[in-house]
Amino acid sequence: MKTIHAYTITRVVSDLCIKANQVLRNDVLQALTLAVRRESNKKAKRLLKAIVENAAIAKKERLAICQDTGLPTVFIELGQGVRIKGDLTAALVKGVAQGYRRGFLRNSIVRDPLARTKPAYLPPVIHIDIVKGEKLTLTVLPKGFGCENKTQLKMFLPTARIGEIKKFIVDAVKAAGPDACPPYVVGVGIGGTADYACLLAKKALLAGNTQYAIRNTKKLEKELLCAINNLRIGPMGLGGKTTALAVNILTYPTHIAGLPVAVNISCHALRSATAVL
Amino acid sequence: MKKLTLPLTEKDIILLRAGDEVSLTGAMYTARDQAHKKIAEAIAKRKKVPFVLKNAIIYYCGPTQAPKGKALGACGPTTSSRMDVFTPALLKAGLKGMVGKGGRSPQVRQAIREHKAVYFLTYAGCAALLNRYVKKAEVVAFKELGPEAVYKLQVKDFPVIVGIDTGGTDVYKKRGI
Repeated sequence: MKTIHAYTITRVVSDLCIKANQVLRNDVLQALTLAVRRESNKKAKRLLKAIVENAAIAKKERLAICQDTGLPTVFIELGQGVRIKGDLTAALVKGVAQGYRRGFLRNSIVRDPLARTKPAYLPPVIHIDIVKGEKLTLTVLPKGFGCENKTQLKMFLPTARIGEIKKFIVDAVKAAGPDACPPYVVGVGIGGTADYACLLAKKALLAGNTQYAIRNTKKLEKELLCAINNLRIGPMGLGGKTTALAVNILTYPTHIAGLPVAVNISCHALRSATAVL
Repeated sequence: MKKLTLPLTEKDIILLRAGDEVSLTGAMYTARDQAHKKIAEAIAKRKKVPFVLKNAIIYYCGPTQAPKGKALGACGPTTSSRMDVFTPALLKAGLKGMVGKGGRSPQVRQAIREHKAVYFLTYAGCAALLNRYVKKAEVVAFKELGPEAVYKLQVKDFPVIVGIDTGGTDVYKKRGI
């Protein structure tokens, strides 16, 4: 049994919020740098370079990579052998609020979604998974809403052909068009229930998160990436072959009567930070 | 790159074409969803609008707070299409230009052509980079909206690309996306 104090969690989450918002994830930066090299359209190449430069400025000057610092989503993997001393949820909420305040990040959250007054720093959206072991893994994903607004869910017939599913995913990117800051990273959730497919699509945006995948989706991901880049939307929607940096698919068993497919598109500023306690 | 000084006049923008790269120097106002709702209501009720709309430029932006030593925080564009329902009324009231990201509705394109205005795109998702072009910032209206308040920004050589020109030509329509 391992004991972790709630105040430690608050401190760590607070730091993760700042890190995620100011320091672009390494895999994303690498994908962007590779895209700069591969892109042959001059304008697109220049825009991609600006995106890479933006990441460097943000890191150096401790500014947010994007002014939309998101509705932060906190993913928790709580080992069964961990005992939390104190209130876990309260610690997470406090950590997010502290981090956002300390990092001069944006207070984008309205308590009442209908009244929409007084934007605040809290609360985040929290997902907790109980896992084996004695570790607590904390991940903060501050995803902006320009791209969150482009999320799509479709409940396919169980007899649907793979071509229909591919078309739905490519069309979701087409519908986002130039609006949600391409080049995109496309998260896809296939299977489970309606709510779970949406969660998988979002989890697919996390770095190296493939432990939920139950089938090898590499081939499908590659085909989809190719089809999406053939849309020629390009950086800022102004053309070029870089419409998406990656397509990540996570799958889960589903019901004999259905086939939920969710698409969660991320802008090029795909930010997250993780700590393991 | 063509340099323009704000506020804009029809003469400044009439020769611009969709896709042209331009830099802006002078004052522009931030306004996004809730500010647009309030401004459109004020126009409809013939009440006072918090800043002079005639020839003004609106930047669809909700910045982060300014860290020490900076005029403003990260300040990239937000998705313009969410403002589409309000934009024709603002253009009719004298608004000359908008800066944002992404496509616009046919109604906005039509209103831009009718009122000889312009829609600019700026570097989407490059909020730290764009901070460099903002020299001064002050809240001039709707302080209670937090990041959605109207800021008056003094910008220097702020980089933009013409998204829809005064003739209503749309850079995205031209590309068929």
